[in-house]
Amino acid sequence: MQAPAAMEAADEVLQVLDVCEAIEETREVIVTTIEEDPIRNSPPVASCGAGTKPSQDDNWGETTTAVTGTSEHSLSQEDVVRITKDLEESVGLDCRRYLGLALAVVLGLLVFLTPLAFLALPHLLWPEKLQSCGTACEGLFISVAFKLLILLLAVWALFFRPPRAGLPRVFVFRALLAVLVLLFVASYWLFYGVRILDSQDENYQGIVQYAVSLVDALLFIHYLAIVLLELRQLQPCFSVCVARSTDGEARHYNLGQLSIQRAALAILERYYCDFPVHNPALLSASKSRAAKHLAGLKVYNVDGEFPEAPAEGPGNNAAAAAGMVQSQSRAMIAATARRRDTSHNELYYEEAEHERRVRKRKSRLVVAVEEAFTHIKRMQEEEQKKAPGDVMDPREAAQAIFPSMARALQKYLRTTKQQHCHSMESIQQHLAFCITNNMTPKAFLECYLTPGPTLQYGRDHWLARKWTLISEASVTSGLKDGSTFALRCLDFGLVVTTKRIPYIQMSEEYIDPKSHKFVLRLQSETSV
Amino acid sequence: MSKYIPGQPLTAVVERIEIQKLRQGDNLILGFSIGGGIDQDPGQNPFTNDKTDKGIYVTRISENGPADVAGLREGDKIMQVNGWDMTMVTHDKARKTLTKKNQDVVRLLVTRRSLEEAVKQSMGKKQ
Repeated sequence: MQAPAAMEAADEVLQVLDVCEAIEETREVIVTTIEEDPIRNSPPVASCGAGTKPSQDDNWGETTTAVTGTSEHSLSQEDVVRITKDLEESVGLDCRRYLGLALAVVLGLLVFLTPLAFLALPHLLWPEKLQSCGTACEGLFISVAFKLLILLLAVWALFFRPPRAGLPRVFVFRALLAVLVLLFVASYWLFYGVRILDSQDENYQGIVQYAVSLVDALLFIHYLAIVLLELRQLQPCFSVCVARSTDGEARHYNLGQLSIQRAALAILERYYCDFPVHNPALLSASKSRAAKHLAGLKVYNVDGEFPEAPAEGPGNNAAAAAGMVQSQSRAMIAATARRRDTSHNELYYEEAEHERRVRKRKSRLVVAVEEAFTHIKRMQEEEQKKAPGDVMDPREAAQAIFPSMARALQKYLRTTKQQHCHSMESIQQHLAFCITNNMTPKAFLECYLTPGPTLQYGRDHWLARKWTLISEASVTSGLKDGSTFALRCLDFGLVVTTKRIPYIQMSEEYIDPKSHKFVLRLQSETSV
Repeated sequence: MSKYIPGQPLTAVVERIEIQKLRQGDNLILGFSIGGGIDQDPGQNPFTNDKTDKGIYVTRISENGPADVAGLREGDKIMQVNGWDMTMVTHDKARKTLTKKNQDVVRLLVTRRSLEEAVKQSMGKKQ
């Protein structure tokens, strides 16, 4: 075991050498974007892991800090996260979804069968004593039936939608509503059990009115659900700035009052539609430049002096080493500042050359594609009946003209480092699509010339992406002015900052339409 | 040129200039152009710092004309013509006062910035 002095020295080492994760007091939770699953039709009402997760998170966070701090063979943060994710995946996620589904079904059945039970039980239990149902009472039957139908349609519209994502924490409003409905129905059953079942009330009309009041109250709870779940976040309240960490691509969105996890979900959905696809090949140039900056210098210790070495304790060597490393880095920074660097020259000429090359390839590509498109012609209806000779469907036509433009297209994609985004199959499919819809060569080329949003590309670019939400505040707390959080996936991250839209004070000023009067500005000059 | 305060008498250092009209065919000309007047826009006047001054200013002097010979300069503000006030007149009235057909001579009182400064300098020298 190491002494306390060594712990401080180890912390110093941490400061000098870059640790991959600087934030230690964050709560890491997982957001999974899943595909549309038509089988699961129910909302994730509650999660089974909700109660246990916070305690699991707290322990795990403390353990992580100790692991990275003291041992030499330290796991990086990512390894720990990956291990924890595997544990959770195997047990937690499916359990949560199925439990949520089961709870929703139970609640739904309870809600719909309760009024019917209220109406049917008197007939089953004490039919002789029951007063016969008069006209007004039967009218109330119709009312109950239609209100139940409306409630059924409304619940179907609001809740029976395929889930868009699996969020880390339980959806607070939904949980609240479920609890409210449960309490409400339970209290009605309690009253019914005590005052009607026990005393075997004969006034059937009163019972029917009681059932009608239950259905009315359920409709009002549904109204509350609409307001809380749908309407409240419609009015924009915050302006969020989302920036991608690798290339700085940024967008601004307006969001309403949402919790952090729901805001993260909204941002991710817009990310897939708006941000150009993440292309790691474009970042290699700046990384090689950065490597060159540090590689040019090497530090030699000529005199063998250790600055500021404490003389006592077993921590002597560690502290001396720490001091050495600090002075070395300072020396390197000073040297890089002083030496005359011509790397900016290289960058300038390299970029000019690259641009020229891209433009040349692009012009060759455009010419090749235009020429290829002239080789095929759409056959008219009358001609189709007359000459059934060498007729091709769009796929065959695409395959026929593709070879003449393949080389130019491949060279262009290589120059712009996009070749991994488009496969041969996808290019041919796109070509067949353009031919079918009478598109011009320029329209065909457009998706290769500019990088489009992530969803446009093949499924392996965005399928089964796991996103991690990193936030200092609890993810079920609401967005506030100045709150920041990050969304991380394996290759890159999105950093989100929020600003509140300011309160606007407006006053009015009335202008009488007759008050618009004008005069001529005269400037005459007369010679006398 | 001091700023005019309504209701207060206006004081200025003026120069007397006597111009002999020149006969050109049927017209008697003086050889300069005027601008300004109470019906004109004073903001366009380049000869004064006070952009609310609606007086009559000399905007152009024809070379070797009667006005040039008599000592009138561009930028002069005309205060009186033959005893008639020119500080609060319309542009047309000023033109008519200057071009009366039955007069051969016009006696102007004009003021310019350099006059005031010359007086101040001489007063300073005296003291």
